[in-house]
Amino acid sequence: MTTVKAAPRAELKATTFRGQKAPIAAMIAIFAVLPFVVYPVFLMKALCFALFACAFNLLIGYVGLLSFGHALFLGSAGYAAAHAAKVWGAPPELAILFGTAVAAGIGTVVGVLAIRRQGIYFAMITLALAQMAYFVYLRAPFTGGEDGIQAVPRGRLFGILNLQDTTTMYFVVLAIFTAGFLIIYRTIHSPFGQVLKAIRENEPRAISLGYKPDHYKLIVFVLSAALSGLAGGTKAIVFQLASLTDVDWRTSGEVILMTLLGGMGTIFGPVAGALVIITLENYLAQLGAWFTVTEGLIFVVCVLTFRRGIVGELSRWLKRPL
Amino acid sequence: MTTVFGVPLQALLGQLLVGLINGSFYALLSLGLAIIFGLLNIVNFAHGAFYTTGAFVGWFLLQYAGIPYWGALVISPLVVGLLGMAIERTMLKRLYGLDPLYGLLLTFGLALIIQGLFLNQFGSSGEVYDIPEKLTGGVNLGFMFLPNYRAWVIGFSLILCLVTWYTTEKTRLGSYLRAATENPNLVQAFGINVPRLVTLTYGLGVGLAALAGVMAAPIYRVNPLMGSDMIIVVFAVVVIGGMGSIMGSIVTGFGLGVIEGLTKVFYPEASNVVVFVIMALVLLVKSGGLFGRAQ
Repeated sequence: MTTVKAAPRAELKATTFRGQKAPIAAMIAIFAVLPFVVYPVFLMKALCFALFACAFNLLIGYVGLLSFGHALFLGSAGYAAAHAAKVWGAPPELAILFGTAVAAGIGTVVGVLAIRRQGIYFAMITLALAQMAYFVYLRAPFTGGEDGIQAVPRGRLFGILNLQDTTTMYFVVLAIFTAGFLIIYRTIHSPFGQVLKAIRENEPRAISLGYKPDHYKLIVFVLSAALSGLAGGTKAIVFQLASLTDVDWRTSGEVILMTLLGGMGTIFGPVAGALVIITLENYLAQLGAWFTVTEGLIFVVCVLTFRRGIVGELSRWLKRPL
Repeated sequence: MTTVFGVPLQALLGQLLVGLINGSFYALLSLGLAIIFGLLNIVNFAHGAFYTTGAFVGWFLLQYAGIPYWGALVISPLVVGLLGMAIERTMLKRLYGLDPLYGLLLTFGLALIIQGLFLNQFGSSGEVYDIPEKLTGGVNLGFMFLPNYRAWVIGFSLILCLVTWYTTEKTRLGSYLRAATENPNLVQAFGINVPRLVTLTYGLGVGLAALAGVMAAPIYRVNPLMGSDMIIVVFAVVVIGGMGSIMGSIVTGFGLGVIEGLTKVFYPEASNVVVFVIMALVLLVKSGGLFGRAQ
């Protein structure tokens, strides 16, 4: 019996690990060269959203949980980091860590409530709780309401690196993105990650094998929230601003779109999706609501004809997991 | 002046009335969501957008065709219902059998498209829709002033809800609908055209949303964001009530509207979040929802 069980697992490991290290290294190398070609501030925004989308993908792609309120973690961490840096005068590394911790804390509360229901209800509960937080932030004294927290100091990283310098800031953002990306990659390919996939594929069976799905779901939910917080805290330091936009349900929708377009359940998909959407936003921003219409159209087209996403199709074509 | 718990009775009754109005819209929208979810297994995120569209169609009719409120009350749900049926035939149909999350994502995309198009055309400030002549003014009940239009909205919504409940629970058509919800293949084998039933159900659900939109037009400004503000609260209402029961949707909708209204009187800061707080509490105590079936 044990041999029967062990065989497919070894096979699975062999296929999923085959040569993913090279593409990851290539991706990071490209990001290291890009700021000399492309406007770095735009790239930093793309990297923050790419990390956010990767964190989101950890839930939808590997456990099958659709969170419709993920902007809550991005935005809350942004407020926390901005507050720490501006009001308490914390150095950037502590401000970002504080933002991450706050997001993890909120993620625990939301997770405990949301995993009590499944599927479609999970999506509606996360959306509703995020909207509740939006109204709280709208009125709370520490968020600055409609204005947000502006002129957040970037400060010096570890007291040494001056983050006012755009190139320095960019490589710090790239380092944070890489760290977050590798944590996600490691999680997916760990035994823990295999259990998550088992829960996604067949929850009753996972239960009968002795796993407690709710524990796994909560842990991965908190992890995803914390990594979204890492992205949000970094974003607040980079743009020196924390605002209501990052908590808005449209942002929650946007991260879903990035992941769907790039390819749910692929490692590189969310990064590709984030790059495409942020680029589109960059060019279509002056067209106002047409950008919303475009996003809606991409949603419809993706769901109807392109459910694997860019990287999903690419991976199918190359016959290797990406 | 009479006061209740230190609050003037007039203010209390006034907010209660506002609560009942909001509750009417919650009930009508969550009712439609529940019927659609029952048969199509899709959470219709575009429901708020269809509510907005209903209000705008009413406004168009008045502005460009001179068709008054009463005409809009009939034409707008028909137009939006047909639009919904076209969308079901061409798009939603292709998602049956897939994970219901795709239905949510598709309808979310549709909601973005509809909202974006209206925003481009009208901006976010919106348009005014006057109260129909026959319903202007109000009656003085002695203890409060009751605007006629608001009384009409509450009364008519209640009738609509009860008619929908009666149709699904007590008529032959309703029995087909409930049977198809339980087991579409078997019902199809009995010679009932289930795909057509599904299309009609979607049309009916979004038609109800449009009707709510027309009724809301004279109360709120007709604006592109009215639906997206509403739909998230309605989702919370649906989580609280559970989507299994029609009567459950009606009771929860009206009940939460009233609670929201009362919160505005006693603790106005919390009035925006009270529905969500109740949702969190219900999840902790009875995770299946108040009227939901075990799942």
